[in-house]
Amino acid sequence: MPVWQPTATLAMLRRRADWLAAIRGYFAGRGVMEVETPMLSRAANTDPALSSFQTRYHGPDGGTLYLHTSPEFAMKRLLAAGSGDIYALGRVFRDGEAGRHHNPEFTLLEWYRVGWDHHALMDEVAALVQVLLPGRGALERLDYRTAFRTHLGVENVHRADVAALKAVAADLDILPLPGLGDDDLDGWRDLLLSFFIIPQLGVDGRITFLHHYPASQAALARLRDDRGDAVAERFELFLDGVELANGFHELTDAAEQARRFQADNRARRRLGLTELPVDRRLLAALAAGMPACSGVALGLDRLLMVATGAASIDEVLAFPVTRA
Amino acid sequence: MASYSTNEFKGGLKIMLDGDPYAIVENEFVKPGKGQAFNRTKVRNLKTGRVIERTFKSGDSVEAADVMDVEMQYLYNDGEFWYFMHPESFEQIGADANCVGDNAKWLKEQDMCSITLWNGVPLSMSPPNFVEMEIVETDPGLKGDTSSGGNKPATLETGAIVRVPLFVQQGERIKVDTRTGEYVSRVK
Repeated sequence: MPVWQPTATLAMLRRRADWLAAIRGYFAGRGVMEVETPMLSRAANTDPALSSFQTRYHGPDGGTLYLHTSPEFAMKRLLAAGSGDIYALGRVFRDGEAGRHHNPEFTLLEWYRVGWDHHALMDEVAALVQVLLPGRGALERLDYRTAFRTHLGVENVHRADVAALKAVAADLDILPLPGLGDDDLDGWRDLLLSFFIIPQLGVDGRITFLHHYPASQAALARLRDDRGDAVAERFELFLDGVELANGFHELTDAAEQARRFQADNRARRRLGLTELPVDRRLLAALAAGMPACSGVALGLDRLLMVATGAASIDEVLAFPVTRA
Repeated sequence: MASYSTNEFKGGLKIMLDGDPYAIVENEFVKPGKGQAFNRTKVRNLKTGRVIERTFKSGDSVEAADVMDVEMQYLYNDGEFWYFMHPESFEQIGADANCVGDNAKWLKEQDMCSITLWNGVPLSMSPPNFVEMEIVETDPGLKGDTSSGGNKPATLETGAIVRVPLFVQQGERIKVDTRTGEYVSRVK
């Protein structure tokens, strides 16, 4: 195929266009306002697992700007400004991510519901999935602890140490993995989750939510107590073994948010990554008061892959990075 | 020492693992939205041909293998080594049975072969996709004999045995596909 041509069929691009219209119709019908937020930001996402593209701005007060990895921070400022329920639909950017399920820019649908908890938002995510994939089956909720017990026989993952998780990995024949250190508990959790649990989630037509992640993986979610262990009010959506969405019962505490940004930058320093400017405008918005809410970000390209049985993200993108 | 980051992983890249050279066959980037990314690879051992799976933490570096393919002309076999010559530098190298393996039966003097060198030492050899050879022995083959499915074994000048149609006779030259070991046509 000549390299000027799209990698997606025109029928696929039509399906994508129909979805964008259906999503806007869905939210319009429920009184959720569409918002646009800057793709270029003075601050960056400090999450050590994400890498932001950066560029230079040459106008007044020029300097480094970062391409957003999601519209989350700006949307939260709108929530604090009293926007009420909002959604954003557009491209986000993550450097270094390329593969069958990854393109360094992709389409994210992110929305926030004021006053809702994460369970109510999971119900709405499932409802929207059923609008886009008519006939998709039953909603299933699985907590992180139960997933590790059911799929890997780990009784309580929140208390399992690296040695215990490493022993499970050894039995599953995925070692050696010399780069993964004995001090990287979350890395070992991610390894087992990614290779041995996620492929089993959302199979047989189910819509599966994995929720209540370890507190150390809370990102921007609130914490709660679960049978004596701190867990995050965070969920992810899986269909056919593919991770599709990540949601939080949102943290609204500015001081706690500042501590998490600092912890991110400490982790970045430890990993030899560049420390990044934290979003002080988000912290100021939280300090001014953001209403209690839940939010979720859904990867539309991957959902389109699931809907159409595409083997690679290239099949659902007009021009993936290799043809950009 | 040269090395590759997992970000550079793609099919065909040559890397060192456990002291052996490997080629990446498949590379899958696996990353949860919030959390550690991994590269799940299938890699082929260039010495044994065996394919294994190996997982890497994304961002880690792996030593590069000094492996390259060169076109060389086959000269002769002294009973222990098969000798090849670089057509421009006239440099000669000897490859042992581990390197040449079963492909020895396709080697005809003067033919150009692809030699894979690791640190300058021959690791494997691929003969030309098609070779032309003389049949040194085959039964006359009777028309109407359908018991053999319309073909018969023929021994070539190098000792290789291929199945040929019944009408092909001893002393004729034939073209053979070395990748499948199958007869292609007679050569006039």
